[in-house]
Amino acid sequence: MLDQVFRDEWGRVLASLVGFLGDFELAEEATQEAFAAAAERWPRDGMPDRPGAWLTTTARNRAVDQLRRRRTLAAKTPLLEIPEPVEHEPDDTTIPDERLQLIFMCCHPALATEAQVALTLRALGGLTTEEIAHAFLVAPETMKRRLSRAKTKIKAAGIPFRIPPDHLLPDRLAAVLAVVYLIFNEGYGGRVDLATEAIRLGRALSGLMPDEPEVHGLVALMLSQHARHRARFSGEDLVLLQDQDRSLWDTSQIEESRGLLDRALALHGRGPYVLQAAIASLQIQEPVDWPQIVALYDQLVRLTGSPVVDLNRAVAVAQAGSPTAALDIIDGLPLDNYPYLHSTRAELLRRLGRTDEARAAYHRALELTPRVAERRFLHGRITALE
Amino acid sequence: MEYALLIYEKPGAYEGLSDDERRALVAEYWALRDDPRVIAGAGLRPVETATTVRVHDGDALVTDGPFADTKEVFGGWYVVQAEDIDAAIEIAARCPAARLGGSVEVRPVVEPRL
Repeated sequence: MLDQVFRDEWGRVLASLVGFLGDFELAEEATQEAFAAAAERWPRDGMPDRPGAWLTTTARNRAVDQLRRRRTLAAKTPLLEIPEPVEHEPDDTTIPDERLQLIFMCCHPALATEAQVALTLRALGGLTTEEIAHAFLVAPETMKRRLSRAKTKIKAAGIPFRIPPDHLLPDRLAAVLAVVYLIFNEGYGGRVDLATEAIRLGRALSGLMPDEPEVHGLVALMLSQHARHRARFSGEDLVLLQDQDRSLWDTSQIEESRGLLDRALALHGRGPYVLQAAIASLQIQEPVDWPQIVALYDQLVRLTGSPVVDLNRAVAVAQAGSPTAALDIIDGLPLDNYPYLHSTRAELLRRLGRTDEARAAYHRALELTPRVAERRFLHGRITALE
Repeated sequence: MEYALLIYEKPGAYEGLSDDERRALVAEYWALRDDPRVIAGAGLRPVETATTVRVHDGDALVTDGPFADTKEVFGGWYVVQAEDIDAAIEIAARCPAARLGGSVEVRPVVEPRL
């Protein structure tokens, strides 16, 4: 219970403190102290009526104390504006939600992508340094250094705490969404906690930016994929979408995903995440409207120019009834070291009865795939060819 | 905040340009100086005119040119007074070198001691 409140409030309180102080490091220290005080007091005295306001007020006052101590210690420091401590708990309504400013700061392109990811999980997700290190399989010390370097750069390089102006917003929002989707895909590889974390972040963003279709698109996309995660494996074996046990799908997530997609489409969203969410939504309907999926992939290829997207388009073209046309697309793609190109080619060749070529393509995919579940799947396909 | 914009040019980026085109590029650099946020700057003569100095055991060792065999050559700099890094990036992006195969490094300047 307390944990849940903590997780929910962390980003909000920290954001408010960064906005108040203009200093990430100090804000984090003060927020941590406030949460520690709450962990000590609340179980004893009961939770305050407005836990968020209590935490914010406490954190602000701790920060002000800290600033005063620093000033006394170093009389020569240039005089910082020391804000006044807050006497009364402010209303929840008087504490602006500044999480958006915080996430745009964390995902600023002047920070390395891995730092953006770590900082976002720390600042908005409230994960500890150890948890983040664990999720990315790096030593806690390494993660600590990574976070601390990022915070130093934010301060030294003047990375702003604000929602970017209109002319920068599309690019910067794309960077934020990319970070969230990156976190999600780390989770999709097996570590479910990160996928859930990404969805939490996405939902928060979608509440904070209700007019941005791409945000809803991303959340819809993540939900429609996550809804099926329990059906993706049978034991250790990978199960393809068409063979999945639908009773294992999370229908409430699928429904939420559809709702968000509808909202994105109503806002005239036609960006890459909206298109991918629309494709994902069509793929789980019965029967699947493959020609419509091909049309959406056409748009997505035009938008992204990505050969990986083109590979997926080829799959849809094959499903829509033209495996030969699909092979032509695939053979023109500059993705020779991409395992999925070869496994996809192999599937198509197998369906066309070109067994020898299919076998060679499966072997090529095997050479390029380190993931155990996928290797098992490919071995199974090769055996079935014999 | 003050930022230094360190301009690196791709060697040969000006080759094959007409005189008019070169003059237009130089004019772009001068025009940047008209931005009130740009408080100092200088363009450098070509790298062929450079001399490198190192001091070993108190003796100055002087050699021709920079040794480094780099893909980009330092060509000039500005110091800008900008509200935050986004403003500095915007000015940096207007340097012709950035779109001609070179790059502009944005570095915060150490604040003077009070």
